[in-house]
Amino acid sequence: MNGAHDMGGMQGFGPVVAEADEPVFHAEWERRMFALQIATGALGRWNIDMGRAVRENQSPARYLASSYYEIWLYGVSTLLLQAGIVTPGELASGVAERPAEPALRERRLPPERVAPALARGDKFRMEEGKPARFAVGDAVRVLNRHPEGHTRAPRYVRGHVGTVLRDHGLFVFADASARGEKIGRHCYGIGFLARDLWGDEAPVRDRVFVDLWDDHLEPA
Amino acid sequence: MADHGHEHLSETELRVRALESLLVEKGLVDPATLDALIQTYETRIGPRNGARVVARAWLEPDYRDWLLSDASAAIADMGYAGRQGESMYVVENTPVVHNLVVCTLCSCYPWPVLGLPPVWYKSAPYRSRAVIDPRGVLREFGTAVGDEVEVRVWDSTAELRHLVLPERPGGTAGMDLESLAGLVTRNAMIGVEKVAGPREGGRGA
Repeated sequence: MNGAHDMGGMQGFGPVVAEADEPVFHAEWERRMFALQIATGALGRWNIDMGRAVRENQSPARYLASSYYEIWLYGVSTLLLQAGIVTPGELASGVAERPAEPALRERRLPPERVAPALARGDKFRMEEGKPARFAVGDAVRVLNRHPEGHTRAPRYVRGHVGTVLRDHGLFVFADASARGEKIGRHCYGIGFLARDLWGDEAPVRDRVFVDLWDDHLEPA
Repeated sequence: MADHGHEHLSETELRVRALESLLVEKGLVDPATLDALIQTYETRIGPRNGARVVARAWLEPDYRDWLLSDASAAIADMGYAGRQGESMYVVENTPVVHNLVVCTLCSCYPWPVLGLPPVWYKSAPYRSRAVIDPRGVLREFGTAVGDEVEVRVWDSTAELRHLVLPERPGGTAGMDLESLAGLVTRNAMIGVEKVAGPREGGRGA
């Protein structure tokens, strides 16, 4: 979706302000929110792309006015509501109106499984999927599509021509995964000349590389 | 952490507390699990990991080649792998190429080697400008890149996670892995800074 999250090339946000000796978290609630997102994800009722889709699918004004972990709070709360795990009343009060399903409780991540779960990570690579349509060196154009759902083709490359730098192999196609559909598509590193994206004032040698899936592209 | 009571907590803090107590009461979250997750990223997984990868690549040409051709395997060889670093991709800075990593869509970042991203990396100014004005962003970090150098920006839009292999600074001959790793900053591995040598006030100086 053409949301506020898709920021590449936007202007007017001002300089990048880096904090010296920045701590990992800035408040106790940020620590808890970070951990709650991972712990609720471990319940297995949504995937990482559904989470991204929910966080992106909100009013741009609200997205831009929220801090990073406020967006996570919105995302986790919304996912829990959509999955029917909590009610709005429960979220407001913090008190359970009914117990969770036993099958869901069995999926609770215990502390001793934190390290193995983090070490294992997610499985994004796929064994099977659509054969690659493009090869290294091919010129490709990013489809000028504006889906209402989640997409990993940022606005600033749509309609532009780039070159396939590398075929990363078969990966879960994130755009479909956000709809709950697990399909394998080749993912490529695509190189764009800065001048092709931003015009003649861009430095002549500079390039921008974007990882895109087969379904985002057409031959150029 | 001091607790001054609810009247001093923001609405967001109250909502996060309510969410945690609700999920604990429902038997879906164990508070000890949350503590373990927080402790992992506050104390165990951070940019010191990536710095050791970089230092080894500087010391061992074969390791450097492996890192650039199969980053996930080479990094796993150092014991770093897993969540948000499942598929790694390493790009090398040289006298004629400067690499910079961003996630314009959100905050994708190689957790096993760099830990969690700093606020500026997730902020609108960086996400918006890194792709359209990377040299301006570099200047704000005090990083000079000449016109003869090609700037390559890597937008982490898929499940590949990028790490920049910075240039080894001068004045480091004879230094061992841990000493070299002490010079390597998080920002250098994102690509917004260069690694300073020990005589230029590098971290290990």
